Amino acid sequence: MLIRKPADILPSEITSRAVYARRREFIKSAAALGLAAGLSPVAIQPAAAAAKLAPLAKSAFSTDEKMTPFEAVTTYNNFYEFGTGKEDPSRRAGSLRTRPWTVKIDGEVKKPRTFDIEELLKLAPLEERIYRMRCVEGWSMVIPWIGYPLSELIKRVEPTGNARFVEFTTLLDPVQMPGQKVGVLDWPYIEGLRMDEAMHSLTILTVGLYGEVLPNQNGAPVRVVVPWKYGFKSAKSIVRIRFTAEMPKTAWMVAVPSEYGFYSNVNPKVDHPRWSQAKERRIGDLLKRETLMFNGYGDQVAGLYAGMDLRKYF
Amino acid sequence: MKQPKPEHIKWIKAAVFALCLVPFSRLVWRAFAGTLGVNPIETITHSTGWWTLAFLLITLSVTPLRRLLEAPWLLRLRRMLGLFAFFYVCVHFTIWLVFDHFFDWRAVAADIAKRPYITVGFTAFALLIPLAATSTNAMVRRLGAAQWQRLHRFVYLIGILGVLHFLWLVKKDIREPMVFAAILAVLLGVRVLYRLRQKRTAPVAAPRSQTA
Repeated sequence: MLIRKPADILPSEITSRAVYARRREFIKSAAALGLAAGLSPVAIQPAAAAAKLAPLAKSAFSTDEKMTPFEAVTTYNNFYEFGTGKEDPSRRAGSLRTRPWTVKIDGEVKKPRTFDIEELLKLAPLEERIYRMRCVEGWSMVIPWIGYPLSELIKRVEPTGNARFVEFTTLLDPVQMPGQKVGVLDWPYIEGLRMDEAMHSLTILTVGLYGEVLPNQNGAPVRVVVPWKYGFKSAKSIVRIRFTAEMPKTAWMVAVPSEYGFYSNVNPKVDHPRWSQAKERRIGDLLKRETLMFNGYGDQVAGLYAGMDLRKYF
Repeated sequence: MKQPKPEHIKWIKAAVFALCLVPFSRLVWRAFAGTLGVNPIETITHSTGWWTLAFLLITLSVTPLRRLLEAPWLLRLRRMLGLFAFFYVCVHFTIWLVFDHFFDWRAVAADIAKRPYITVGFTAFALLIPLAATSTNAMVRRLGAAQWQRLHRFVYLIGILGVLHFLWLVKKDIREPMVFAAILAVLLGVRVLYRLRQKRTAPVAAPRSQTA
């Protein structure tokens, strides 16, 4: 059994890899701003404490496909809370404070409570899950996430018989998340899953990627990843998980109900009203490839939707 | 504005030509430097599409500008600017054909038929072809001013279709396409205003002028 030694350095104090890689830039701009006297730049928190997360159990659910490079995973993001451009989140997410951070669990549960992020990091053994991620826009990646089954958290709060859905809420703070000043979506970002989808062993509460804690732009410090659905279902920077009897009103459904449904399972046979979903561009490839039903996780999840008209329940 | 000398116009045209090539050159440079970003095909497709629209709008602004500045010589730049719009749309279309579909003609046809944003985009591209083909002096002479004028007025429709193409492909943030729409509305609006003013000041058949 590995006994973790107490570290005298908090994970939140460790310089992130992204910042470290651009350290000369930061030092130059700090000097230029006359901050060489030792005052720390106030605006930017050492972006996304890049503590190593270990030990990590390997998972049978991991794919052996070629992983998308860390650089691409962390600089090509849809995170409208920081702007609608793909490079906006990596440029602007430094303003996100990931400590202190709590996640409130409430609604139809017998044991509602609030978890501190440090508790969530230790709730269950961390696993590496190398998953495909398919964006509704038609591109995809392969990402080595770090987390554990969401079911581990769910069983601890004991949902009641009325809990048919799980609703996730992202942080609402236009100061930390300047994109929230623009009404491109209703804020805060809401996502949701059916109970059986949330309890599924593929669904993970995610705290890291590529062996480190999540960079801010990837939804730090804690998010959910649901690999058989379009990427927008995998809510980021979660502050609240609520168990409900009614179907949650998810952000993209509310924004454009004709284009984004609650289920949003990856399905090459059900096109987006404006573009085809039959193909996708795997980041790193030049040509497009065929999109797989349920993003290739059909063996694990098709049973959840037996008898459902997936064109109607898109 | 004072009319530049013919030799100067030659230099101005050369300079404008070089400027028009800058966006393309930057893309080529970035392609070789590997700095086209995480999704290079998307970067090239978006950039060439953006510049197609930009050049269409720049071309459409020649006539209002030459009236405003009383600089008839600006007309000498219009063909080049229009042909650059055509150049950029050719690159844009080719990238889509090769990297989105890899010459799968059935998939191409399906997209054009089924996806409204591609329907209008492809139509705009197709309409630009006869305009590019009849852009030479010889063609102007062959068609005659009146017919040539009528054909090239399709550029208004092409502009509208181009803006719709952009508007309909964007996921949610329509701010950028709306800026293009606003500029296009102004450029078309001034022509409507000019036409109304013409009718008011010369109710009896006005002399046929080289306007578009």
